[in-house]
Amino acid sequence: MAEISEVRRELALDCFLLAGKVMMESGAETYRVEDTMIRMAVSQNMMDSHCFVTPAGIMFSPSNDLPTRFVRIHGRRTDLERVARVNAVSRRLVAGQLTLQQAYEEMTEIEKNHYLFPLWLQVLAAAVASACFLILMGGGWADIPFAFLIGGIGFYIVETVLVKTRVKFFAEFIGAVAIGTLAVLVVYSGFGNDPDTIIIGSVMPLVPGLLITNAVRDMMAGHFVSGLSMGAEAFLTAFAIGAGIAIVLSF
Amino acid sequence: MNWPLEAFLSFLAAGAFGIIFNIPRKTLISCGLVGMSGWLVYRSYFLLFDDPIQATFAGAFIVAIVAHILAKTFKMPMIIFSVAGIIPLVPGSRAYNAMRNIVENDYMEAVDFAVQALMISGAIAMGLVFAEVIMQLYFKYQARRTQKKMGFTQE
Repeated sequence: MAEISEVRRELALDCFLLAGKVMMESGAETYRVEDTMIRMAVSQNMMDSHCFVTPAGIMFSPSNDLPTRFVRIHGRRTDLERVARVNAVSRRLVAGQLTLQQAYEEMTEIEKNHYLFPLWLQVLAAAVASACFLILMGGGWADIPFAFLIGGIGFYIVETVLVKTRVKFFAEFIGAVAIGTLAVLVVYSGFGNDPDTIIIGSVMPLVPGLLITNAVRDMMAGHFVSGLSMGAEAFLTAFAIGAGIAIVLSF
Repeated sequence: MNWPLEAFLSFLAAGAFGIIFNIPRKTLISCGLVGMSGWLVYRSYFLLFDDPIQATFAGAFIVAIVAHILAKTFKMPMIIFSVAGIIPLVPGSRAYNAMRNIVENDYMEAVDFAVQALMISGAIAMGLVFAEVIMQLYFKYQARRTQKKMGFTQE
């Protein structure tokens, strides 16, 4: 194994941990983060490195006699474009198309930016998805405008409450209460026909789809800590939505 | 059942979910195609055999297979393509009905719906697992074949 100078080794460690942090914060699966970091390490001649990733932090040990580094992961927010970009940079580093310095610069660039679609487009997408699900779940055509509006409003409320309070379950709960109230009001005032399908369609954009897929894939890869914690988060989110709807229906 | 309409709606819904999950812009259309194929398989299986659990399994299986193939073609992580496709299979209406029956104090009916929702969630997970295993076996087989062709035989 070639001797690596200390400066270069620190740069390499910074680079791997940054890549892992960005991927974990943007909603990648745990096993993919570990796999990416180990591949990058092997490409930099760190053959016996170990890596342990959880949704809350990343531990990375370059070898037996070097100190282990740790990064804490704070907020997580779904931004799959960032995952794809970090993945592309790491592929190019492993293939030798980028030097370590260039890879590190690209990683910091990705970390600084976010590639989210503008909020109005996300709200519009949620509204369109709600309207589509209304028909797919067997609702009537007359209810389409209500599902479109209520789905968009519900998603917007969840996003704003999430920014204000930083508590995800509370935001989902408030969003579900708003969706339920609006749907019942629309039907009660005689415009809408069927509150059930309107609620089901409008709630769809809040469903924790990414958490479900990640939990299943992590459990399969043997990462039970992350798999169970993501599964618990998915379950709690679903429970928050259900509780919000139930409160409205009980009146 | 109106096939073109359902195909179009599921395509649109999956694409919209792609925007919510913020997937890379050039994969939005393929993401919609994944959602559409999953939903059409689910619906046709459901109409043929009338079993929502098996139908969900078939839908999730197809979603994961198509997502794996697209991930190989685009050289991107597989979840980008599978998340939006999974959403239409989520047992939203059954979970809702379970919740409503609990509120109305009709617990027998509620348990019935809740168990169905749980079984369907399990079917989604099993569909993903099966597709993953099969695709891994296939990729391993393919890699060994190319290695043989190039003359590096390991055994």
